[in-house]
Amino acid sequence: MRCSEAGYNLEIDLSRGNVERVESDPKLTELYLGGLGTAAKILWDRVPPEVEPFSPDNLLIFDTGLLVGTPAPTATRAVIAAISPETDLMGFSMMGGFWATELKHAGYDRIIIRGKSSEWVYLWINNGKVEIRDASHLLGKSTYETMELIQEELKEPKAEVACIGLAGENRVYMASIEAGRGSAARLGLGAIMGDKKLKAIAVRGTKDIYIDRPAEFLGLCDEVNKYVEHRMRNPIKGIEPPWFGLLGPWPMNWPDESWHFNNFAWGNARHRRKGFWTKEYAAHFILTLTRRIKRMSSCYNCPLECGALVEMPGSRTIPMKCSMKMIWTWGAMIEDIDWNLDIAGRALEYGVDAYGMPQTIAFAIELYEAGILTDKDLEGMPSDAKERFSWLLDRIVRREGIGDILANGIYSAARQIGNGAEAYEHNTIRKHLQIGIKLGKVDPIYFLWFSTDEKTCIPQIEGQVPQAPIFNKEHQEEFIKDWIQIPTGKEERFKQFVLEGGEPHAKAPYWPPIDLASELCDWSEMIRYIDNTTGICSGVSGFHYKPPYHIHNFPLFISYATGMDVDEDGLWLIAKRVRNLVRAFNIRRGLTIEDERPPEDHWKKRFPEYEAQLLEGYFEYKGWDKQGIPTKASLYELGLDYVYEDFVKRGILKEE
Amino acid sequence: MVKKKKKVIKINIDKCNGCRRCEMICSASHSSPKYSVINPARSRIRVVRRELDNIFVPVISSGYTNAECAGRNVYAKNSAGGLNESQWEAVADKNAYEKWDAAAKKGAYEQSDTKYGECTFCGVSCPSRDIFKEPDSGLPLKCDMCEDQEEPLCVQWCMVNALTCEESEEEVEEEAKLGDMKIGLKSLVDKYGLQKLVDAVARMSKRG
Repeated sequence: MRCSEAGYNLEIDLSRGNVERVESDPKLTELYLGGLGTAAKILWDRVPPEVEPFSPDNLLIFDTGLLVGTPAPTATRAVIAAISPETDLMGFSMMGGFWATELKHAGYDRIIIRGKSSEWVYLWINNGKVEIRDASHLLGKSTYETMELIQEELKEPKAEVACIGLAGENRVYMASIEAGRGSAARLGLGAIMGDKKLKAIAVRGTKDIYIDRPAEFLGLCDEVNKYVEHRMRNPIKGIEPPWFGLLGPWPMNWPDESWHFNNFAWGNARHRRKGFWTKEYAAHFILTLTRRIKRMSSCYNCPLECGALVEMPGSRTIPMKCSMKMIWTWGAMIEDIDWNLDIAGRALEYGVDAYGMPQTIAFAIELYEAGILTDKDLEGMPSDAKERFSWLLDRIVRREGIGDILANGIYSAARQIGNGAEAYEHNTIRKHLQIGIKLGKVDPIYFLWFSTDEKTCIPQIEGQVPQAPIFNKEHQEEFIKDWIQIPTGKEERFKQFVLEGGEPHAKAPYWPPIDLASELCDWSEMIRYIDNTTGICSGVSGFHYKPPYHIHNFPLFISYATGMDVDEDGLWLIAKRVRNLVRAFNIRRGLTIEDERPPEDHWKKRFPEYEAQLLEGYFEYKGWDKQGIPTKASLYELGLDYVYEDFVKRGILKEE
Repeated sequence: MVKKKKKVIKINIDKCNGCRRCEMICSASHSSPKYSVINPARSRIRVVRRELDNIFVPVISSGYTNAECAGRNVYAKNSAGGLNESQWEAVADKNAYEKWDAAAKKGAYEQSDTKYGECTFCGVSCPSRDIFKEPDSGLPLKCDMCEDQEEPLCVQWCMVNALTCEESEEEVEEEAKLGDMKIGLKSLVDKYGLQKLVDAVARMSKRG
């Protein structure tokens, strides 16, 4: 009997219409846990670097985290992975909600999809029974219509449905996979699903999930519940709201969004509007949200509420989360939150990434204003700013006219359009649009996060470390007093870092120094890898300062749930192994440090020589060479001998 | 009639956010060894969670009946909103199914749509459906208010306070309380008849 996992993979070949239930190797769980770890291993083993994103040989993997389905609060997440059409590297995107838990209760830890169907289909997984069903009648349907139609057709309102909308069908590079509460939005995985002509995966599961040491495990869960209550009642002092004072990623109804509004770059990541957030605007913001939010909502087994059901007049109820409540505002430079909610809802119905799409449209508008795109290119575009934004969204998800080019993502679109358009594409790293944040002076921690994050999205790596200094001495003392989350052996150094915050010497770009910056970044990154392999939500873990999950209780959660014996060092090694395997996969596909360089205007003041030293120091700390390639010694330490051998065979590393 | 202390789970559907941890922890706490098996399909509380319609209604299993009820209740959501709090409290009162049913009918849920048919909001374990039955044996599941705990675990784990527990002194009719096994046996008798059951037990005991 396997504990905490189902022990089976579902292998689907859409070209041949074949379905197989295959027992998974428990050894792989020990080495890679699940979620991102096992998905990376499967991609490494089965997808050689020649495979193109839209090849039938590209795999689309839905992998549940190891703790999903256990009572561990917020263990709900699935990692969806494939070669991204946008970056041509490993694209992985996480989603919460209810889908992953349902899959595990159906008896599978992951679904591995290969091939391409000749006709549009959807999958129906009902415990042991798996069907590939006709989806022709679902074509063109919105994500939420698709979910409802499938539930009605199957007469199973409890079926959890993950699906694509029009954007995914049309292989738009910003297409998401939507599952109600959960969205896997970044890196164009919806386009891969669309390329395979797979409209949806519906799951219903009623099987047991076992816990190895149940009483001890429940004890840990109770502690997390209690800690969440404590943290919510006692927000951290001296930290900007809503940043990391509260748990849960960015609650939809949080009234004070001054930091984001004042510091984010609006439009095509251009305009920082310091002092934008006024009392009057705050009133408009929260009153609009209060009026439109019908209910706050949660993912499976989560004690917090960060999502919301939003209902606009004459529209359906739409589950929203995170920055959707305002990100369209920034992109479009339209300050009306009602408009924002309306277009955000339509974008979800189309199934597109709310980070990438508004900026892509803003980019097109900039090109138009600069005369690079002409009236001929944009024939029929309305002149009203709101209507214009919607019009472009419609063109992109349908790949009509200029939309067909923009749908390839901003990096490719700029090169296809030419005529100087490349200069306007100024906010991508690894060809992927970053969030709009352009700041003054290089901060070493941000610099390292931007330059090395394999997820290619800073909200997916930041956390743990107070990013802006806590200035108040009392608040500093209070902060370090019960800072139990620090890895063993780093307590003094990390606490000292907080205590020195705001002092005259603690200034960018030379603070924190290279060695300390490396340790802090490595910590935040490792916790994210643990989140992504276990399925714990970063909203109560990696994203936060002082979260309920940390390096000291994660090993116990894993050990008690599975029966394996994992300690802090062992877990750190697993996280490192997965992290290096993801990097190795990308290096094998041709990733170089040139691709990772943040755009020139990312900070006003740059320090090229120091940045190079910083990067080199971090690479050394990580066990990578000057090109960011893991060395033989570090690969062997992680048990990734097979990666070293492959690298030597391909001439990526010289034989030592 | 005697006075007895009685615990009631109050359900506030406006506060429910649909996380279903009540289902999860209920199934865990009724497994043996305790907390070793997780399966919401074995839970004695179910959340009717229709996110896209803004319907989040925890329903607690209220007990077993051997006959279907006369009429199926078909509900549709009134655009004006859900039931008011006192109407929904009736849902939680396990001994007052009729009361809740009547409240629902004259309340904000009206008969006009089949979307919430098939006994969606009913808490009874009955022959017409699979809900509130052990998936393996088909035996009925009934909420026991987690007698070994200070408060039912679903209440403890509901940190948004959609579920709360109240104790009140009420006059109740004294009745012999049936244990789990007796309830199970009673349902088997109802299903197959006493003689068949006796025969089956006799056969099984012979085989050892």
